[in-house]
This record gives sequence, structure tokens and C-alpha cells, in this order.
Amino acid sequence: MERIYLDHAATTPVDPRVVEAMLPYFTANFGNPSSIYQEGRAAKKAIEESREKVAEILGAADTREIIFTGSGSEADNLAITGVAWAYRKKGNHIITSAIEHPAVLETCKELEKHGFAVTYLPVDEYGLVAPEAVRDAITDRTILVSLMHANNEVGTIQPIAEISKIVRAKGVLLHTDAVQTAGSIPLQADELGVDLLSLSAHKFYGPKGVGVLYAKKGTRLHRLIHGGAQEGRLRAGTENVAGIVGLAKALELAAAGLEETVPRLAELRDYFINKIFSRIDHVKLNGHPTRRLPGNINVSFEFVEGESILLNLDLEGIAASSGSACTSGALEPSHVLLAMGLPHETAHGSVRFTIGKDNTKEQLDYVLGVLEETIARLRAISPLYREQRGRKEK
Amino acid sequence: MYTEAVMDHFYNPRNAGELADADGVGEAGNPVCGDIMKIYVKIEDDRIADISFQTFGCGAAIATSSILTELVKGKTVAEAEKITNRAVAEALGGLPPQKMHCSNLAADAFHKALEAYRQNRPKPAPAAE
Ligand SMILES: Cc1ncc(COP(=O)(O)O)c(C=O)c1O
Ligand SMILES: [Zn+2]
Repeated sequence: MERIYLDHAATTPVDPRVVEAMLPYFTANFGNPSSIYQEGRAAKKAIEESREKVAEILGAADTREIIFTGSGSEADNLAITGVAWAYRKKGNHIITSAIEHPAVLETCKELEKHGFAVTYLPVDEYGLVAPEAVRDAITDRTILVSLMHANNEVGTIQPIAEISKIVRAKGVLLHTDAVQTAGSIPLQADELGVDLLSLSAHKFYGPKGVGVLYAKKGTRLHRLIHGGAQEGRLRAGTENVAGIVGLAKALELAAAGLEETVPRLAELRDYFINKIFSRIDHVKLNGHPTRRLPGNINVSFEFVEGESILLNLDLEGIAASSGSACTSGALEPSHVLLAMGLPHETAHGSVRFTIGKDNTKEQLDYVLGVLEETIARLRAISPLYREQRGRKEK
Repeated sequence: MYTEAVMDHFYNPRNAGELADADGVGEAGNPVCGDIMKIYVKIEDDRIADISFQTFGCGAAIATSSILTELVKGKTVAEAEKITNRAVAEALGGLPPQKMHCSNLAADAFHKALEAYRQNRPKPAPAAE
């Protein structure tokens, strides 16, 4: 059976052109970039050329603003923990939101154990942070605001440029986790007005285990990984040369394909959402109707539970994800959906489909058919659906 | 992550639906944790003559409900009553550890259905009034 992959927010397949660019750095050009002889110099050159590419695409003023890391999570950790300790004398207050990725939330929770105070801003029903709420939360002890560019579960895009004006006016640093936006929104750090920005290669058809932290010149960071002098002394460890080359190549392709990909994905997304609503009743769209990532569809099917939907889809060859507690092994459903005010039942019934550049309308039509059958089958055995119908008949 | 038995019961649930003339109905779980199981029993000559379930929940919740109905159907009430959540999980060849709690409550729902049956049942020797 042909598999239909609709979980591109989780990860993406590596583009063959990226694989090709990476391969020589596993074999012929295997040298350690810190070595002074030819093999080392070749590897070093590959890293520095990659850094230049990334700097250019992100609108960095200086290649030293680009720090390669071991993942998007590490970039988030370095941004937040790195600023926290470097600016500890200035203040101990950090502002973030309730819907951040665990790489941000757990880092903030860890800092709370070490004397930092963290404000977790609420979001509205669409997952948006109010810029005024950011303004009101800033005190003279605030050193950092960390808000994600787009949410990985519901795809809501935050007004980062607008928030930046407020944060900058107060002389506070701004970090954005842009892991979900590369390849979906043009990423110009200067236009966004951020001091720090995180990326992860595997979300834009690059390899897993490599990320970037953009850190604007003059932003002080305390290093997390101690050892050698790699990455401007901010990240010790022999560089993942092939990974870095792959990240740069993937980002280059993503930036070049943006104009063509975004409208196509947005059209497929809207088609899929409209069809779901016309074919299945008791459905709720989670996230913002328009301010959302072009490939993101997040819907709750009332009276059924997400994991059972995913299992059914998987049996029919379809890969998607859910915010239900039962899929994560946690006791609570998605913290993002709960922060948006969804009742637990509705959060448990959420399914996220994230479309990628290779998905087709035909695939989506097949998925719609399977989805309709699946929801009908699961509702037929759900006690909640019966009760609902009973209420209606009365 | 699931055994073949779980997937079989999930995909082909046995005795799913409502029993119109049930002698007892029991429910376990709650929507907050994401799993609700409802068991309907029909008792004849002190045996589980018929049984069915309705479940809102994950694959494990549906499979445990389904296999429970098979495990107790046809048994005497006294025999059937001995069923535990653990025995249900074992009959499925085991469940992932995180599913042992809120997704594995079918036996609880069944015990509640029997309790309801006892309370509904007209008393054999009505007390003099
Ligand atoms: C918004 C967001 N931030 C951070 C990460 C973590 O990235 P990585 O998997 O590279 O650690 C992810 C992906 O899981 C994400 O979606
Ligand atoms: Zn469950």
C-alpha cells in the first residue's frame, strides 16, 4: 500500500539534493574541521560556506551570528539558558507563552529552580499572544522574551514583528523559536526584529540532529557545552560537518521554493479543511482561520478520541498526529489546546495533519474518504455520540 | 506498541453497541482522562446471556472493552465477576505500561453493570410492608 505521510510538522524526508550535498562529508572529506592539514581545511571550508549561506538567508549582518547546534531543542536551550546566565546581573525575569514547545517550556522550568522568575503568557482561543500582554508583563527585571514564531500543533503565527517593537523599546532581548516556520514564511531576522532565532534542519527537508541559533551581534550568551573552541566558543564538540552542509543546502532550497510552495500548500490546506467540514459533522478547527502555517490542519472530531483515529488511519496507510493524552503517554492532552481553552474531551479528539511539498490533492481525497469512514465507525461505538443524539431527539 | 490481539479487537470490536433491554449498565473512566467505557449486561438464569460495550477512548480502551465482553459472555455471574483489569490486559497479550491505568477499566465498568443489575432486579422475596 502507498503510504501517505501527513506529519511534516513532526519531521520531513531529506531532500535527495540535500543527501547528495552531504555525502562527500561522510567519505572523501571526512577531516576534522579543527585540523590544519588539507582534509581538515576542506571540512572547515564546508562549514564556513554553510554559515555564509545561512547568514545570508536569515539576513544576518555577520556570519558570526550563526551558531550551529545539535538540534532545534539545543538552539532553544542555548538561547534561553545562555541569555539567562549571561544577563543574570541585569535581571532574573523571563517572559514566554503557555503554548511553547517543551524545548522552551522545560528550559524555563529548569531556570525557575535556579532563581529565575518566568511569566507564561496566556493565549486566546486561536492561540495568539496579545502584544499588550507582553508590554504589561515586562518589568525592570526582565531580560528576555521568548515567543515562538509559529506553533507546531495548531500552526498559529504570532505577530513577532509587532511584539518586537514593544520588547525592543523596553531594551529587552527577544528570542523566537522559528523551528516550524522555515520553508513556510520568509525568515529575515532583521525584519522580524529578533535578537535570537532557532531553527532545526529536519523540519525543512534537511537531516535530523542539526540546528541553528541566530544570535544578533552584541547578544551575550553563556555556553552550555564546555570543551573545545568550536562555534565561536559557544558550542564545544567536533562539528557535524555533513549535517551542517545538509542544513545549509536544505535552507537554501526552502528559501528558493517558498514562493511556489506556500500558495500551493495553503490551497491544499484550505481544500482539506473545507472538505472535512462539508463531509463530517461536529468538527472544530483548532488554531487561527487565516494566520496559520500553510501546511497545518488541526481539527477536533467530537465524541471520538485521537489515538483511535490515528490507529485507524495508520492501518489505511496514513500518517498523522494527535494532541490526545493517549498518544503521548501523558495523562493530560496537549498543553497547547488546553491553553486555547478547549475542553478535555475536544482536545482528546484532535488530529493534526501537516501537508508537505510532495502531497497531492488525490492523496487528500483518499484521506478524506478514510477519515469519514473512521469517524463514523468510532462514533458508532462511542457512548458520548449516543448521548448527544439522544439529547437532540428530545 | 500494541500486540496483534489488541489491534484485532480494536479493528474488529466484538459486541459493540448498545443493548436495548439491558438488565444493568456500568460506566468507568471520564472524559478528562480521555477514556470512557460503558458495559451493558443481560442476565438470564444467573448467566451473562448477552453483553455489549460502548467506548470513547484510545485503541487500548476499545480493545479491553471488546475482549472483556468475550471473556465473560455465557459465564455464570459468580464466575464472570472474578474478572479483573489485569486479567483483561493479560488476555490481550499485555498492554504498554502507560495504558494500564485509565485505558484499562473495562472490568470496572463490568462490575458496575452487575451492581446495577442487582439493584434493578425485583427482590425475590419482597419484605412485608
Ligand atoms: C516549535 C518547535 N521547537 C523545537 C523543536 C525541537 O526541534 P528538534 O527536534 O530539532 O530538537 C520542534 C520539533 O519538534 C518544534 O516543533
Ligand atoms: Zn487511553
